[in-house]
Amino acid sequence: MLKFTTRRVTGGLRLPANKIRSTERPIRRGLIPPRLVISTRQHRGPAAVPVVSVGDAVLRGATLARAESRAGADVHAPTSGRVVAIEPRAVPLATGVTSESCIVIDTDGLDRRATPPAPIELAATTDAQLRQLTRAGIVGLGGAVYPTAAKLQAGARCELLIVNGAECEPYISCDDMLMREDAEAVIRGAEILRRIFSAERCVIAVERDKSLAIDAMTRTADQLAVLGVTIAELPSIYPAGGERQLVEVLTGVEVPSSRYPAEFGFLCQNVGTAWAVHNYFSTGEPLTTRVVTVTGEGVAEPGNVDAMIGTPIADLVSACGGYRANPIRLIHGGSMMGFALPGDGLPVTKASNCVIAGDPAEFSRDAREWACIRCGECSNVCPARLLPQDLLLAARASDPAGLEALALDECIECGCCDIVCPSHIPLTEIFRQARPVLRRDREQRAMGEAEAGAEAEAKAGTEAGNDGR
Amino acid sequence: MAADPVAFEVAAAPHTPPKASVPVMMRRVLYALVPAAACHAWFFGWGLLINFAIAAVAALLAEAAFLRLRGRTTREALRDLSALLTAALLAFSIPPLAPWWVPAFGSAAAIVLGKQMFGGLGKNLFNPAMVGYAILLVSFPLEMTQWVPPRMGDIDYTRLTALEHLSYTVTGELPAGQSLDALTRATPLDLAREGARAGRSFSDVRANSLFGEIGGRGWEWVSNFLILGGLYLIYAGIIRWHIPIFVLAGLLLPATLLYFIDASRFAGPAFHLFSGGTVLGAFFIATDPVSAAATIKGRIFYGACIGLLTYAIRTWGGYPDAIAFAVLLMNGAVPLIDRFTRPRVFGHG
Repeated sequence: MLKFTTRRVTGGLRLPANKIRSTERPIRRGLIPPRLVISTRQHRGPAAVPVVSVGDAVLRGATLARAESRAGADVHAPTSGRVVAIEPRAVPLATGVTSESCIVIDTDGLDRRATPPAPIELAATTDAQLRQLTRAGIVGLGGAVYPTAAKLQAGARCELLIVNGAECEPYISCDDMLMREDAEAVIRGAEILRRIFSAERCVIAVERDKSLAIDAMTRTADQLAVLGVTIAELPSIYPAGGERQLVEVLTGVEVPSSRYPAEFGFLCQNVGTAWAVHNYFSTGEPLTTRVVTVTGEGVAEPGNVDAMIGTPIADLVSACGGYRANPIRLIHGGSMMGFALPGDGLPVTKASNCVIAGDPAEFSRDAREWACIRCGECSNVCPARLLPQDLLLAARASDPAGLEALALDECIECGCCDIVCPSHIPLTEIFRQARPVLRRDREQRAMGEAEAGAEAEAKAGTEAGNDGR
Repeated sequence: MAADPVAFEVAAAPHTPPKASVPVMMRRVLYALVPAAACHAWFFGWGLLINFAIAAVAALLAEAAFLRLRGRTTREALRDLSALLTAALLAFSIPPLAPWWVPAFGSAAAIVLGKQMFGGLGKNLFNPAMVGYAILLVSFPLEMTQWVPPRMGDIDYTRLTALEHLSYTVTGELPAGQSLDALTRATPLDLAREGARAGRSFSDVRANSLFGEIGGRGWEWVSNFLILGGLYLIYAGIIRWHIPIFVLAGLLLPATLLYFIDASRFAGPAFHLFSGGTVLGAFFIATDPVSAAATIKGRIFYGACIGLLTYAIRTWGGYPDAIAFAVLLMNGAVPLIDRFTRPRVFGHG
């Protein structure tokens, strides 16, 4: 098999993975919660439009809401039941909790299907294939939930399809477990994606510390002999699995924040997405479930759950033995980039790769902050090679020119600088809040330029008029 | 199904708590100095410990007073232990038989002029302890030479008891029958410089019983323990290896070169390594994060320049030990170094 040489990551950190507890048992399947809360927006892009009404009975796999363009994705019923409400609810998406129109379903526990499982033929043209992905509700399951069909820009050529199984963030193990348990589906799914995107090559990248997943994947890849699909071992350094970091590690190309990897001929897809693609074409089932890691010291029996989209997190935790001790923080996502949830009534979305119930010993930190001693550790670990110690000064001074010059835009908010800061300065949060300063300044400058342009035109007009007089 | 919705705290990512903390770092640096301090006390008497105690009190008082003047809270700043570390580094640089006001004044000057005037911890351009040392050296050149010979069987030395030493430091009174001239002795670095000035060859100078196999006797051992402490700091991740290694390289390379060219005139690399403030400077002073260069590339340049300057000042300059001046000069160059070693942003250029 072709070996893929990986490069050194810029910056990054070796972090305690905290993944052992959640990988001790197989993925739990078959959980049907009494009620599902399914957001019509499961992805980045416009919400899908509901095609069901309150009171409708729905079957498993039925379309609940339709995307109007490739920038969205359809939403389907994970099981049979009845629509009891369509109303705005708080849901966790890629970057935080937002209020979205949700379809609330009371399940009947019978899990009746609309159609018996049957394979689906891959359409002939790329356009039709992408439409199939939109109809199947396929979005990026790595956490960013970018609609898969929208990733291929019109006319762009894809040289390398990167299937991301790095899963570098602490606690999260859903991709690891999926690769261990169903490597074949992931590889076949990757091959389907490679064909859809007409990519020349496809590499499935897995962090070196996931030895069981790597074993399963390489063994299966050898058995299947899927040409064009390679398994690459990545260094176990956070955030090697970030999209731009992954491209860097595999190809040496640095994609700046202002551009997409696709513009350089690279497409990144998550292994969960590849699995969902394979599942759709082999059984006809749209994306209605995803593997969610439920872990943390506050969970009694941590593990991974193949959860229906819309499952309230409280039910997910119950399925994992419930809470134990005294969890203080509920995190959606990993411990580095995930966000804290106000409560466990929120539902699982396609963005939910992990839920952590943390106890005080895990996440409490000394709230005291010390002066920055300019030790520079933050810049040593920054994967974007920024100078957080200088950005801090610019952010505190609300200095847009400084933020611009220090390239705040390239901050991927990975949190590495926070972890190494001996002064306990919440750098990532400070940078997050500094972004609007930069944005407002740009808007003002753009407006100023527009006005100046208009004034100049007006002036030129009057002068011309004067000349004519 | 869970019965009651559980309420959770809301906090911003990252949730993983930070690894290190400023006071813990400072405390570890202080710990790393303990073996060398004990060794220093063994060879050179109670002076270091007395000087440290005086310097520490003066540093904390000066810091508290100045913070009060600046309208800042005093407790938090005092707890970061940086003032104590400054006092400890300064105590290593002050002769054991200095009168009490030398460490007191030096330490207060280090805190006020070296740190608080710039805006406190993290804002100072220069290493505070070296600012204090430089001020002492130019203000009280005589008191700053009151070094003592090491406790060695064949060397004529008189050791004061802790009480006698303390009483001398505070009152300036020596026990009956003792004189300062009898107690103090020039350091090997002083002798080397005096010898060079008088046109004597280095091999002649080092025939003095104060010189050991490699460096100054007693100093060799203190340096060994400082190296041990420095290695611990690298191992514990408190400092990175670049600065100390390049300070030593910058000093030892020219020393080796000139030693091979003319061994009778120039002191060898081992003498430079084990004399004066070389090891203290390389591992504990040049590595002060606040006043050192920020990037790895910058630190390599910064360290190498400190080493080279130290050698140049020691060999051709007017002061016996040069670490302090080399560090201060390079501290001043740090903003420029940082500017020229700014890393290329990911995806840019």
